[in-house]
Amino acid sequence: MTAILDYRAGNLTSVRNAFAAIGVETTVTRDPAVAAAADKIVFPGVGAAKSAMDNLRATGLDRAVLAAVAAGKPFLGICLGMQVLFERSEEDGGVDCLGVLPGAVRRFPSVPGVKVPEIGWNQVNGGREYYFVHSYYAEKCPYTTGVTEYAGVEFTSAVKKGGLVAYQFHPEKSGRFGLELLKEFAAC
Amino acid sequence: MLTKRIIPCLDVRNGRVTKGVRFKDNIDVGDPVEMAVAYSGGGADELCFYDITASAERRSIDIGMVEAVAAAISIPFAVGGGVSSLADMERVILAGAEKVSMNSLAVRNPAIIGEGAETFGRQCIVLGMDPVKSPATASGYEITTRGFRERTGIDAVEWAKRAADLGAGEIVVNSVDADGTRGGFQLEITRLVADAVDVPVVASGGAGRPGHFTEAFRDAHADAAIVAGMIHSGEYTIADIKRELKSAGVPVRMTW
Repeated sequence: MTAILDYRAGNLTSVRNAFAAIGVETTVTRDPAVAAAADKIVFPGVGAAKSAMDNLRATGLDRAVLAAVAAGKPFLGICLGMQVLFERSEEDGGVDCLGVLPGAVRRFPSVPGVKVPEIGWNQVNGGREYYFVHSYYAEKCPYTTGVTEYAGVEFTSAVKKGGLVAYQFHPEKSGRFGLELLKEFAAC
Repeated sequence: MLTKRIIPCLDVRNGRVTKGVRFKDNIDVGDPVEMAVAYSGGGADELCFYDITASAERRSIDIGMVEAVAAAISIPFAVGGGVSSLADMERVILAGAEKVSMNSLAVRNPAIIGEGAETFGRQCIVLGMDPVKSPATASGYEITTRGFRERTGIDAVEWAKRAADLGAGEIVVNSVDADGTRGGFQLEITRLVADAVDVPVVASGGAGRPGHFTEAFRDAHADAAIVAGMIHSGEYTIADIKRELKSAGVPVRMTW
């Protein structure tokens, strides 16, 4: 069973729909016990890092995430769900995050003519485009597998560590090529 | 590199997509879900649905249609028109739309921009504006409401800045002077707004041929542009527009 973690960080309809479109049944849960029993975990999220971390701790899902990653369980982080896997975020005056991945999440610098948030389709590793919506980015780290450029910064857009894969962009909103990434995850 | 977005806009009345000229003379052009699937498969970067009302008389949003679109496509889409409260926004977003677009509602009640941004995140909140040329304001453009029927005396550029400060994540500049005429986007006001705010700006109204999009991106500094009649009619495809943009050196997504 594939569990989508609900920690009140945005709308899960798109993620559910995208898995349904590739024929994968999912369960939305905020119960750490359900997460622990799942074969695979999807960790989406949009919004602010601080309230996300507060909600993860309040529900006990923070420990469920750490246990799943430590056990090498297939785990898919998306957008804010990727960012909070890093050690800390500059958002909201500084937030301690889960620390599964080394490094920090920072705000895009202010560059004349460059809009923040980044909204739209951008390339990963100079190739295919995927759909991004974010104002903060994760630094490159030893587990970075995909790099994207915006506002003069090269940031982590894809990362892999053991059973964990995570994307800064939204595979569930990135058309056919996004669905292919979800299929890869479902097949692993 | 971040690419410029092409966003087909579908005006939906009584369950069918229509296309009018200057908000009049609407003609039926197809089924909303079928068209969403076709445009998504044809290279649209995003979609936008306006005025999805269950019926012309009862102005409630057709949530079933939003759900059907969300289940059928896997690219982002926005819903505008008929949204009159935070509760409406929540229904639209939970039904699977990424973004909610507000226009007259925000002019009547600017605070709802901030309330929406706080509740759903600013990336969900799109401000649509309908400026017309007007000597009465500093920028030379004045905001109208109710589909260009009412003038407000509000300066268009000042309103864009205020809306961005309040929490709008994106601003659509829809020009009545150009809407449905296929004579090209209103570049001047689009550029004034794009240069005044730090959130993405979408050019809307007036596209008639692929070269108009090059103007919107290169000359008016838009981040995205709306297309309707010229592709609904079958005269052009999204790929035609993107090929033109690519040859003009504008970054666009060419594989989908």
